[in-house]
Amino acid sequence: MISFIIRRVLLVIPTFVAIAFLTFVAIRLVPGDPVEARTGERGISPERLAYFRHELGLDQPVWKQFLDYLWQIAHGDFGTSISTQTPILTEFTTLFPATLELATCAMLFATILGIPAGVIAATRRGTFVDYTLMGAALTGFSMPIFWWGLLLILFFSVDLGLTPVSGRIDLLYYFEPVTGFMLIDSWLSGEEGAFASAVSHLILPTIVLGTIPLATIARMTRSAMLEILGEDYVRTARAKGLSPFRVVGIHALRNALIPVVTVIGLQVGALMAGAVLTEYIFSWPGIGSWLIESIQRRDYPVLQGGILLVSGIVILINIFVDLLYGVLNPRIRHAR
Amino acid sequence: MKIFARLLAATMLVAGVASAAEAKTLVYCSEGSPENFNPQINTTGTSFDAARPVFNQLVEFEPGTTKIRPGLAESWDVSPDGMEVTFHLRKGVKFHSSKTFKPTRDFNADDVLFSFNRMWKEDSPYHKVSGGAYDYFNDMEMPTLLKSIDKLDDYTVKFTLNKPNAPFLANLGMDFATILSAEYADAMLKAGKPEMVDQQPIGTGPFTFVAYQKDAVIRYKAFPDFWGPKAKIDDLVFAITKDPTARWAKLQKNECQVMIGPNPADLDAMGKDPNVNLLSQPGLNIAYLAFNTTKPPFDKKEVRQALTMAIDQPTIIKDVYGGAGQAAKNFIPPTIWSYNDKIEPYKYDPAKAKEMLKAAGVQEGFESDLWWMPVTRPYNPNAKRVAELMQADFEKVGIKTHLVSFEWGEYRKRMQAGEHQMGQLGWSGDNGDPDNFFFLLGCEAARPGGQNIAKWCNKDFEDLFQKAKTTFDLAERAKMYEQMQVIAHEEAPVFNIAHSVVYEPIRKNVTNYKVSPLGRREFAEVGLE
Repeated sequence: MISFIIRRVLLVIPTFVAIAFLTFVAIRLVPGDPVEARTGERGISPERLAYFRHELGLDQPVWKQFLDYLWQIAHGDFGTSISTQTPILTEFTTLFPATLELATCAMLFATILGIPAGVIAATRRGTFVDYTLMGAALTGFSMPIFWWGLLLILFFSVDLGLTPVSGRIDLLYYFEPVTGFMLIDSWLSGEEGAFASAVSHLILPTIVLGTIPLATIARMTRSAMLEILGEDYVRTARAKGLSPFRVVGIHALRNALIPVVTVIGLQVGALMAGAVLTEYIFSWPGIGSWLIESIQRRDYPVLQGGILLVSGIVILINIFVDLLYGVLNPRIRHAR
Repeated sequence: MKIFARLLAATMLVAGVASAAEAKTLVYCSEGSPENFNPQINTTGTSFDAARPVFNQLVEFEPGTTKIRPGLAESWDVSPDGMEVTFHLRKGVKFHSSKTFKPTRDFNADDVLFSFNRMWKEDSPYHKVSGGAYDYFNDMEMPTLLKSIDKLDDYTVKFTLNKPNAPFLANLGMDFATILSAEYADAMLKAGKPEMVDQQPIGTGPFTFVAYQKDAVIRYKAFPDFWGPKAKIDDLVFAITKDPTARWAKLQKNECQVMIGPNPADLDAMGKDPNVNLLSQPGLNIAYLAFNTTKPPFDKKEVRQALTMAIDQPTIIKDVYGGAGQAAKNFIPPTIWSYNDKIEPYKYDPAKAKEMLKAAGVQEGFESDLWWMPVTRPYNPNAKRVAELMQADFEKVGIKTHLVSFEWGEYRKRMQAGEHQMGQLGWSGDNGDPDNFFFLLGCEAARPGGQNIAKWCNKDFEDLFQKAKTTFDLAERAKMYEQMQVIAHEEAPVFNIAHSVVYEPIRKNVTNYKVSPLGRREFAEVGLE
């Protein structure tokens, strides 16, 4: 087990270098640079352009810039944002908890509803319930996040007045962030109503971000369950008179969960992509819009550092998912 | 279900509490995060808006106008030759304090010197702090304009110029000319954290800075010792809300009371909402199509006039701008003093245009490029669509055009180099002075690499332009600018497309909010009923 973890972690290093290289090159292939991007109609004089390019080290050959960058990263220095002059790690650690909080809620929402929906659809295969659930899943899967988010805001917030429009908590509450997770911070603040406000602000973004994973998980669970339910051991279990709940819930589901867990792991990457739009619509101060703006501003250090940090987290989650297989199915444990 | 019901109850409770406390809190739905809180070093309207509640300049713009009035300077004298401007500073002006800094003295001449020297002098210990790019200070040509800044006594500062410059005063009202606290800067330098000056602002303005959470919220509190009229609200909050539909939803729900940048599609609903005042005003900008007058046949004024007549302007306004644009006939918007309303715009007349082109020797089937910028700008929501409409119009008078575009930085560079034949660009004014628009048609900017992309240099126009620059009498200056508009109309170096119309929806309980012709958000004098 431990040697497996070490092996996987070592493999991460070349992946990291490759990601660093790709982002580094890709952002430089986009025309314009950080100095020009901030100028308006006036443009900038060649002298000032050259001066600031020199100050930022952009006049060096690209290969040298890249090696310098790797050296910096190896020392744990992700650089400083060109537009805000704040260290990347500071910006990331301020914004990431918001994304993580939202993504976790969305994933919980998707898993808690998706797996039962898939199981029910599989056990009622071919019935009205199955068609309804899978029809809904297909609709959810094809839902454009932007449209879906605005629709929910207009209906639940504006028309019915049930939920707040956007943000993480009512502006009435003001306390210093402790963990960066609003649910925890609002609880710790001890202010009356703060926690409820944080929860109410999470409802719509969670639904919007969780819809596509929910649909994917439901469909995946259904097909995995269908396969397992046809296995001999399930028939044996039924034949020896186990209750349908034990057959489905204990024997079949546990095996069906392996492909589902894989999908959940893969969804983490997709969740990051969805977070960009969801955060934009709901004014959620996470890393999604931070990264998008860094492209617009050609803020190279933010984009490079941000992508590396995000991909690092996605890779870690996938290692964790690999380990989870062993827990679910002892046959594929990694220990020797 | 029970949980859901509880959540609903909790939400309603929160909403109830919020509205009770909102009596003194004004929430403004802004569109993005500021880069920092020092207007000297940033360039975006978003950042300027965020710093404005905290700071003052020597002179300031009267809210809702482009007129200059005293700010931190109570009065000023201009020497007869226009080379020296002496400011008499206001006494008893207090700086804000914060957890890390308590001021020991009032505002004085040292603060003025520190603020300008930071941008100007490389030996200022702050010159390179936070990137050290003072784009506006440089763009307004302050380094070439300024000869010296001297402290005559604690409350008198003299600016000596290299040449007389009437728009200079308007420049000092701009955000970049903000006055920082020299004492705070010293303290932060000693503490080894000079960048704090740009992140935790200390100013003399009507509101003190309280807190900022990136992409979420900025909080300010009314400053009880403010030198001017006290703020009518206790707390000012910027709720950073990037999506325009979400901003509108928040305004409807009274989660904010003022918002920026409505979606044009929502304007109708905003106008009908009984709780909302939809304020509007032409923006301080112009979108135009420049004819490169160094390239034949665009060097002939008849050709340029004919092309101007060939363009169906009303269709462009209707099709591209929707309700958010006003057809332009002059190079300056109507909110600027000296706007010449007597000018009769060229009428759309393709038949006459065709005749004139023929008379000027332009063959049927003449080919030209037609450049469009690849970005959405405040004055032009869709340059490509404008170019396509113009292409169809030019086709009708026998001119075949190829649409050309480049990445934004590249586009400006090539246009300024004069590579194009016809191309679109625009301008957003900085300080409401006509000079700030007309320099774009001046001879100095017509050199290769200059910003006059018509590359047009007309002696009569230029003479008036230079004379106006050194004339301090406003009425006399206005006459010169009016005459310049007549010349520009006759010579037609550019086709004036449109001025955008700026809409700002506010809740009906907001009082004394004025749409700034300078595109600013100002809350110093705003109240809540």
